[in-house]
Amino acid sequence: MSAGTATKAGRPHAAWALPGVLFFTFFAVAPMALAFYLSFTQWNGLGDPEPVGLANWRKLIDDPRLTQSLTVTVLLTLVSWAFQTVVSLLLGVWAAGRQRNRAILSAVFFVPFLLSSTAISLLFYALLDPNFGIIQQDTLGSTSGAFLAIVFVGGWQFIPFHTLIYQGGARQIPDVLYQAAAIDGAGRYRRFFSITLPQLRNTATTSSVLMIVGSLTYFETVLILTQGGPGTDTAILPYLMYEAGFKSYDFGYASAVASFLVVAATALSLVMVRLTGFGAMRSAREGM
Amino acid sequence: MESQTSNGGRTFSRRWMLGAGATTLLTAGLSACGSSGGSGAGGMLTAFVYGDDAAKVQVKAISRFNASAAAKKANGRIKLEKVPGSDYPAKLRTAMGSPHAPDVFFNWGGGSIKAYKDANQLVDLTGTIGSDPVLKDGFLPSVLAAGGLGGRNYGIPMRGMQPVILFYNKAVFAEHKLQPPTTFDQLLDINGKLKKARITPFALGGADIWPELMWLEYLTDRIGGPEVFDKIKNGDPSGWGDPAVLKAAETVKQLIDDGAFGKGFSSVSYVNGGAPAVFAKGKAAMHLMGSWEYSTQLGKFPDFARRNLGWCAFPKVEGGAGDIRNVVGNPTNYWSVNARTSNKDAAIAFLRDCASGAYAKDLVANGDIPTTSNAEKLLDASPNPEFAKFQYQMVRQAPAFTLSWDQAVDPDVSTPMLTEISKLFVGKSSPSRFVSALQGLK
Repeated sequence: MSAGTATKAGRPHAAWALPGVLFFTFFAVAPMALAFYLSFTQWNGLGDPEPVGLANWRKLIDDPRLTQSLTVTVLLTLVSWAFQTVVSLLLGVWAAGRQRNRAILSAVFFVPFLLSSTAISLLFYALLDPNFGIIQQDTLGSTSGAFLAIVFVGGWQFIPFHTLIYQGGARQIPDVLYQAAAIDGAGRYRRFFSITLPQLRNTATTSSVLMIVGSLTYFETVLILTQGGPGTDTAILPYLMYEAGFKSYDFGYASAVASFLVVAATALSLVMVRLTGFGAMRSAREGM
Repeated sequence: MESQTSNGGRTFSRRWMLGAGATTLLTAGLSACGSSGGSGAGGMLTAFVYGDDAAKVQVKAISRFNASAAAKKANGRIKLEKVPGSDYPAKLRTAMGSPHAPDVFFNWGGGSIKAYKDANQLVDLTGTIGSDPVLKDGFLPSVLAAGGLGGRNYGIPMRGMQPVILFYNKAVFAEHKLQPPTTFDQLLDINGKLKKARITPFALGGADIWPELMWLEYLTDRIGGPEVFDKIKNGDPSGWGDPAVLKAAETVKQLIDDGAFGKGFSSVSYVNGGAPAVFAKGKAAMHLMGSWEYSTQLGKFPDFARRNLGWCAFPKVEGGAGDIRNVVGNPTNYWSVNARTSNKDAAIAFLRDCASGAYAKDLVANGDIPTTSNAEKLLDASPNPEFAKFQYQMVRQAPAFTLSWDQAVDPDVSTPMLTEISKLFVGKSSPSRFVSALQGLK
């Protein structure tokens, strides 16, 4: 962001990067390396880890729960993405208007994002109680109910954030485009589909990358709402890792799951960056 | 904890970075303090306790001990760390693997301490108890034994008895002219009448899974006797293949299909108060639950607890091998001593307080039934002497007391076991698949 000033003053000294690099090494790279090392050991949290070679990785490949939780994770990601994108795009574009009530409402909409996931999950857990809640059904006890509840609660929390991104994006669209369209006689829907949507392409990419990569580490809501249930039907990968580590105390296996998650998430981000042109970020206003 | 190991995709998130950074800094800060002091330095020992309402008894015990001559003689004082919530086992495991392990800690005996024993982190108390009349004669022998492993003692009883009891709503029973069941056929008969009256027969906090486990524990005991689970507990997974386990699972399935637990039970939690509320408000007529149900109801619905809460033993199953007097549940909780403690004398001096009359009196006043041998004469002082005496006699006269399955086996067995139970109850698994899945657990 300070690229402009930096260019004028010449390249900053490499030492300025030191705190960031150190921070990243200590708190991201080192734990990751440690988890990778632990994935080749057997360790119950007491005493010293015992090397067991590839045993945990073999177990991971053979574990039917891996396939299942991958499926659940992918489904959850796709459905959450679709739900959150549609709602936050519409809300964001609406909120980009300048009237006073919209500013106030936008501020109100943003409140869920400020609450902790744990608080939100506990709140919805109470609301979904089949005897005393608002929906008196066995929501969390059925596979589809539990799945949709997780999608909804996640959306409720994160839609405000993405709405904000879309609102910012929509406000950047130059008014001249709409004025020209109005002269050409374009109606409201035509303007939305032919101007607003294409202009929000980069915004949508940013928001989608955040959503999809974020949903791979989605955890608290599942822990509190369903504990992976009914049965193992909502046991996403991070939950599988938590269960192996902090319920079965099989930290070697949990580390294998964690390492797998790191590899999968990194690969997914790279693929998305390539496919969407997120890295290049061409201006949407070329030729204007 | 999970964020530290799952940081792969979140490097861009400022919230995550801040959170992880703060957590790690906090941990680093704590280690810095620890390395200068060290566990138990300056005569101060740490004790970890499950931080619920009942911990006030331990708070009092510790201040009593710290002021006592015994503490002065052993040159040690104890600081109590109340670890909140159901994550106690995970937090204890993390602490015990770190340099900041507690000197004395709360546990459930049996499988819950096996890993610590295997890692040589427990003080073997067998000799200490044998040579100390206060500890040796202070507790009911069966309860003292249940805290051990392989015939050695690793724990001192420190809380009340927690047998699982069949509770019922007296008002609902009176209104529909029902008697508490003593046989399973009577229970089914009652279910039929209750369903006609549109009352769910049993409250069940299925979201927590362990309340579902209680049904399998009692049914397996009543059908096949306590020997069935004994075999499993002693490390023989073929024990799951006993016909009694299959019959118990089939019985559970019948009850579910029959609507005995209502429809939404797998979304109801005990911990959040959902199941106790269903029961207290008369939407469900009975509740199979640990003895703590009484204090839970007393806290949340005092009128119901005082006037309409009834209790009885789990009924016997016709033709089954198990005695109706057999009990399942938790005999009690235990204090164990960390082998790395800097002051074993002080720790053991503190444990002796749990056998004292003052400690037992505090337990009774809290509504608990002490496992000390002198408990019976104290029970008149209980908030509900009738319930206290029922419970005490129930445990005393029990030919067998089966420790809750999830506490009796290793954590790496109990986690998949609970998952299989959840699958059985939500209909994702059949009784025969349930049995074969359990046989597959190592």
